Amino acid sequence: MRHGAAQGEGRYAGLFRRPSFWIIALVIAAFVIAPLIGNDVEMRESLVLAAIYIILASNVNLMLGYAGYVNFGSIVFFGLGGYVCVYLMSAQGWPLAAAALAAGVAVSLLALVFGLGILRLRGAYFALATIGVNEAVQAVVANFNPWGGSAGLYLSPRLFLPLGGAMQALWVIYFLLVAVMGLSLYLSYVIKSSKFGLGLLAIGQNEDAAAVLGVPTPLFKALAYSASAFLPAIAGGLYFFKSAFIQPTDAFDLTLSTEAIVIVMLGGQGTITGPALGAYLYEELRGWLLTSETFSHFQLVVSGALLLVIVLFAPGGLMGWLYGRWPRLRKVLE
Amino acid sequence: MTALLAVENLRKSFGGVHAVSGVSFVVNEGEILGLIGPNGAGKSTLFNLINGVMAPDEGRVIFRGIDITGEAAYRVARAGLARTHQIVQPLAGMDVLENCTVGACFGSENLSIGRARDVARETAVLVGLEDRLTMSAAQLTIAGKKRLELARALSARPKLLLLDEVLAGLNPTEVEHMIGIIRAIRERGVTILIIEHLMQAIMSLSDRIVVLNIGQKLAEGTPAEVANDPAVIEAYLGDPALAEELHGSP
Repeated sequence: MRHGAAQGEGRYAGLFRRPSFWIIALVIAAFVIAPLIGNDVEMRESLVLAAIYIILASNVNLMLGYAGYVNFGSIVFFGLGGYVCVYLMSAQGWPLAAAALAAGVAVSLLALVFGLGILRLRGAYFALATIGVNEAVQAVVANFNPWGGSAGLYLSPRLFLPLGGAMQALWVIYFLLVAVMGLSLYLSYVIKSSKFGLGLLAIGQNEDAAAVLGVPTPLFKALAYSASAFLPAIAGGLYFFKSAFIQPTDAFDLTLSTEAIVIVMLGGQGTITGPALGAYLYEELRGWLLTSETFSHFQLVVSGALLLVIVLFAPGGLMGWLYGRWPRLRKVLE
Repeated sequence: MTALLAVENLRKSFGGVHAVSGVSFVVNEGEILGLIGPNGAGKSTLFNLINGVMAPDEGRVIFRGIDITGEAAYRVARAGLARTHQIVQPLAGMDVLENCTVGACFGSENLSIGRARDVARETAVLVGLEDRLTMSAAQLTIAGKKRLELARALSARPKLLLLDEVLAGLNPTEVEHMIGIIRAIRERGVTILIIEHLMQAIMSLSDRIVVLNIGQKLAEGTPAEVANDPAVIEAYLGDPALAEELHGSP
């Protein structure tokens, strides 16, 4: 929120002077360069998951960190995006780029309609409704024959041919996912420094007071919900194209959207770089837990406990803790 | 003088309680209208009905010639009507400047964020918060939070400002200061409707006063007329000290 005078002189001139911009650029560069060194496919695959974590977390953050609404069912955007994209490619013969973009637009519009409805609810009721939306969509998709019902949809391997075969296609998809990740972080930044973002942050602080101050709360909340659907839907399209297979239980798995919330809380809700930091820490922790003899079956238990500890003792997450120790950091890391 | 706000026969009940039952009055452009009455008279409910926090059961609210009855609070704010809260409602996690910027951004002038920040800084100076611009709203003292309520409402550049007990909880020096600020706001051409329990303050600030009692208008007139109205004195007799104070002031 603290832009100093830069804001008035033009958004882009200001942007390049902001440390956040360079931090985002560094993260993207790391994602691009690291797996290319030595053609490290194994690292690339683990970074795919990291990129998806960052995409989901930073978009959940638009609702959770900015507007103060907990969306437990954000995975519905990812899953629906996957379905729309896979369907358009397999049944309608669309190219990947067009199908993924169409998935983003379609899911965003659907979210806008849903949002105007369920965002009348607040607090725990909203959180419950988001789980309900995910479960309802999953049930509909599982009974929707054009999308393969509960058996799901398979993609023919020949669909990888336009991208230069399966091996090269995996790299192309990876770089596209990294681009979507970069856009997610950039979207967080753009929204946070805009008037729209200021309104959302006000809603997150005190919705009634925000409305009295003139913030059009129903519209802003629905727009934030819709915006937070766009990039996850595209990511879902890319991810399930990569898998060449999609079925309801994978597409609408609540575990992933719960993890996204843990990541946001761990990194620091309402911050731009927090979700990226949280995703990195969470993946490290998760990797360690999965390979540890004692904890390998308790990964989700530990996530849950972690969430509880953060909510109780450090609601600002890691970024909040850093700000607390070094207040001047707030200007550097947003 | 023309009517900026007209309240016509407003009614609001909560269950069996008639919080506001048939209140009408007019706020003229440029004046300070005081709204007084014992606790539970329906003053804050009336504010909530005017600025759209609640919709009335009956009656109309006309602001600048337009019927705004039952409009959402954010639409009323856009139309140029700002308010403060009796129980302060700071955006606690934001600093003073950001709080005021929200007011300016989404107020009557629909300002861009950069321009809004300038207006916010200006109004923060006007209410005497210029040394606390980057302080988190949560850290302000109660007097500071009252000033913030006022600064935030003012940042919206309203035509009409509803002040709900901005003097309550302040010490005499702070009250003095706040009265000065309210006068300065009126000098800028903002019309003010003010609820206040501090009799001396409201008697000296207001051009006219409306007295509410158990949801109804009991009296209306200049401070002197109201203070000498037998009905008003009787309404306050439950609190003899207050009746005395009312009678003793100009």
